[in-house]
Amino acid sequence: MTGEKKGLPLTDLQIDALREAGNIGAGNAGIALSQMVKKKVDLSVPRATILPLASVPELVGGPETPVAGIYLKILGDCSGSILMLLERESAWSLAGLMVKGDLAGEDETLVKRSALRETGSILSGAYLNALGQLTNLFFKPSVPVFAMDMAGAIMDHVLVNLAASEDFVMVIETDFQVSGVKIRGHLVLFPDIGTLAIILERLGVPIE
Amino acid sequence: MNELENVGVAELKVSNNSVVMASFGMGSCVAVAMFDPLKKVGGLAHVMLPESRGKDKGRNPAKFADTAVEFLVDELVRKGARQKGIRCKIVGGSQMFEMPGSSGQDGDSEGKPKPKHIGARNVEAVKQALGGLGIPLVGEDTGGNYGRTVRFNTSTGELEISSIYHGRTVI
Repeated sequence: MTGEKKGLPLTDLQIDALREAGNIGAGNAGIALSQMVKKKVDLSVPRATILPLASVPELVGGPETPVAGIYLKILGDCSGSILMLLERESAWSLAGLMVKGDLAGEDETLVKRSALRETGSILSGAYLNALGQLTNLFFKPSVPVFAMDMAGAIMDHVLVNLAASEDFVMVIETDFQVSGVKIRGHLVLFPDIGTLAIILERLGVPIE
Repeated sequence: MNELENVGVAELKVSNNSVVMASFGMGSCVAVAMFDPLKKVGGLAHVMLPESRGKDKGRNPAKFADTAVEFLVDELVRKGARQKGIRCKIVGGSQMFEMPGSSGQDGDSEGKPKPKHIGARNVEAVKQALGGLGIPLVGEDTGGNYGRTVRFNTSTGELEISSIYHGRTVI
């Protein structure tokens, strides 16, 4: 029912430009993460793809995979969402690097959740900053929200906020890995379709 | 595991063979499961939004609560179900993220009327559509703040719900 690229054909050049934009955004986020945990962070080559709604959760290992998700809406000149996803074990490892020492009776889970939410916020901010400089647009991230549950259930929330009238979404996705510890995560940018056109124009490859 | 038919976001499937249909990792989406126990015809819709507002009509009816309910009934009748014999169960419609500004936890201690989240609106819209067609709701597991997977046996109408935090239940 939902054709892979139906309704929004992009040229290879445009896809490449989006991938490069994702690369620059994720690069900046990677630097921020590296400074926070004082370890090397490796990034994958980003993927820029148009996906039917039903297959979006496959990006992170299937809809039932337990993940931590930190979600921010993008406001300002553009609209869309940015989502950081970490597999559950990775999330706790990362939180462990942030939250050290005696918590003096504080609820450990609560503190770790809060640390993860803050991390997601900082990385998303770094990503959007770089993207903003590249395109000369203002991306304003919203307050971050956090959930730890099935990847599909978290994606639902993102899709609902994007896709009132579309059956496909544009996804720019980068995997990152903190070396020396088992931390793997994903940064996913979901530009609204209107925003996508603006970004492509700024990148010099407008939709005809 | 025998035949398992995956029904993804905004998809809808019906069958008159005994199959198990599944929707994995649902958050604010609602699984609408209908069956005619006598004719052993059943189907599942993975609804994403409450109403089509006429905009998208005909393009993908499974995406919206109002159009999906109607479409599912039509499809079941086409497969041999009797409209009067159709029963319905619904699952999902949770709120995965706390709303910013609602002070952390998802409790509504303030007593202020908050705008309803999309999950609750999905559930409401499905119920309204069911009421309009006179389809009885015979099972429900909705709301909360966690993800669910459903497995639906189209011939018996048995619906198994599993989640990370609340284990398994059958309705």
